[in-house]
Amino acid sequence: MIDWIQIFSNAAQELISPTTAAYALAALGLAIHFGYTGLLNFGQAGFMALGAYGYAISVLSFNLPVWAAVLVGIGASVVFALILGIPTLRLRADYLAIVTIAAAEILRLVFTTNTFEAITGSAQGLNGYKGSFAALNPIPKGTYGFGPFQYNEYDWWLRIVGWTVVVLLALLTWLIMRSPWGRVIKGIREDEDAVRALGKNVYSYKMQSLILGGVYGTLAGMIFILPRAVVPANYQTSLTFFVYAILLLGGAATILGPIIGSMIFWVLLSFFSGFISRAVEAGWLPFMTQVQAGQLRFILVGIAIMLIVIFRPQGIFGNKKELAFVK
Amino acid sequence: MSSDVTPTSKPVKTTGLHIGEAEPGCRKVDPILIADGVTRTFGGLKAVDVDHVEIPRGAITALIGPNGAGKTTFFNLLTGFDKPDTGKWEFEGRSLAHVPAYRVARMGLIRTFQLTKALGLLSVLDNMKLGAKGQSGENLFRAVFPFIWRKQEEEIEAKAVELLTRFKLDAKQTDYAASLSGGQRKLLEMARALMSDPTLVMLDEPMAGVNPALTQSLLDHILDLKSQGMTVLFVEHDMHMVRHIADWVVVMAEGRIVAEGDPHTVMENPAVIDAYLGAHHDTDLGATETENVEAIKELIDDEQ
Repeated sequence: MIDWIQIFSNAAQELISPTTAAYALAALGLAIHFGYTGLLNFGQAGFMALGAYGYAISVLSFNLPVWAAVLVGIGASVVFALILGIPTLRLRADYLAIVTIAAAEILRLVFTTNTFEAITGSAQGLNGYKGSFAALNPIPKGTYGFGPFQYNEYDWWLRIVGWTVVVLLALLTWLIMRSPWGRVIKGIREDEDAVRALGKNVYSYKMQSLILGGVYGTLAGMIFILPRAVVPANYQTSLTFFVYAILLLGGAATILGPIIGSMIFWVLLSFFSGFISRAVEAGWLPFMTQVQAGQLRFILVGIAIMLIVIFRPQGIFGNKKELAFVK
Repeated sequence: MSSDVTPTSKPVKTTGLHIGEAEPGCRKVDPILIADGVTRTFGGLKAVDVDHVEIPRGAITALIGPNGAGKTTFFNLLTGFDKPDTGKWEFEGRSLAHVPAYRVARMGLIRTFQLTKALGLLSVLDNMKLGAKGQSGENLFRAVFPFIWRKQEEEIEAKAVELLTRFKLDAKQTDYAASLSGGQRKLLEMARALMSDPTLVMLDEPMAGVNPALTQSLLDHILDLKSQGMTVLFVEHDMHMVRHIADWVVVMAEGRIVAEGDPHTVMENPAVIDAYLGAHHDTDLGATETENVEAIKELIDDEQ
């Protein structure tokens, strides 16, 4: 028989998991890029990889404290954004898409190659960098929580830090998007020539947006690696597409959309994977093996996202009125 | 207030703008914009080849010419949206060569576009506010602290509402600009351009696609700009409108300035008529052929 309670409790855990927080933050970065500025950044996985490797390498190879490791990651992503932006932001939006997707792949392959194994750990990746982060934990040893949310002190620390960063950056995004800066950014999304004709340095604004959203992605990459190890295979283009799926699910030009979208995405994913794997165990799906069941969940999530995009194309938090004028 | 201005049936024309003969490239008493040897080629086609032109200050100048004459390209070159191959041009004595478009706009030379560029998914009011210059809240770091820019924002909003009222768009201020009609978007674009208090307004076909009812109000708004001390340069195909409001007309054809003058005399200039209708427009190409045509007709009749 299927243990429904277990399936639902596993799914519920995803609501506050650090992975959900990481995806929410990466999607918030994309909301700045794509939703507000209209920049087609298909390399968010690259920014996340820079955060992950920037943090892990700083701690492991250079023994830097947590704050310095975070700054190294942010610095790396600012440089990455400048390298991507300087040649492409003067061009049409699609060029940025091509360049970012290629650059993110280049980064992943550089991290995978054996040449730098001593520093990057090649395909095995890196681990053992969590000590200094765990040492900052003020929560005493033990297991805390209620219902399905039972975690030890490190897991709670991680969730608190992860979601605090998400909430703070969501507030920051909300603040700047309702400021005159946000108005210029949204104007650029609509028509950059018109904004240029009004005396705004469009190139500089697009660069600021690219850097800011990239830094969000980098912080997301750091939160992402704290409950697991750094593995280069995690930073494939599919990561970027999952983040895009979350963004469209929640609503591209919204603040809450990426956060709630990430929760829905991960709860659904966990629910489908728990349900299918137990259904196969119980013999409900005789034509399937456990391995196939692991893949089916992505198909089901894909269908769920398609249904949302077809029947609610503005996303959950998007403004329906906007769609009336989409060309 | 200017919104009380009733439609002027006979606008006051500014005269005495030029020095010497009204010929292509003639000097002006007080030029605001001077272009010298500006050329731009697209492949083998010389789209713009302007030897010398001066735009008079405080007047309404029309830039006319047949399709493909290079008017819009010339506009783009002057405003930094395109780069010329050669030439220099200056605005109020300051060189504009290699100045990016946004700096040109900050100097007080604001343009509109032939295909209206209303920012669709911004509200009408936000469209207007975007036009204001020197907003401290447009800096990313200051944007985070609303108390820095709130007061300026209120001033900008008051000015925007005042302008919208003048252009009779105030009822629409919370609507998306995308929901406006074509003519209202033209009005919005013009109003938005005024948010920055420009000294020279360049309008690219302000009347294109505007219904006749709005045309009169657009004309009045353009005349209004002049009465407020702004200089206007506009591209237009509607000769009636040009004759009605322009103080000075510059005619372009095949990338060159072929004539200049006040609207009534320039229309009689043979160069202008040639530019629009072709050099042989008044020779009857059929006249000498008449006999042949008759002969052919007879031949056809015989065959049947």
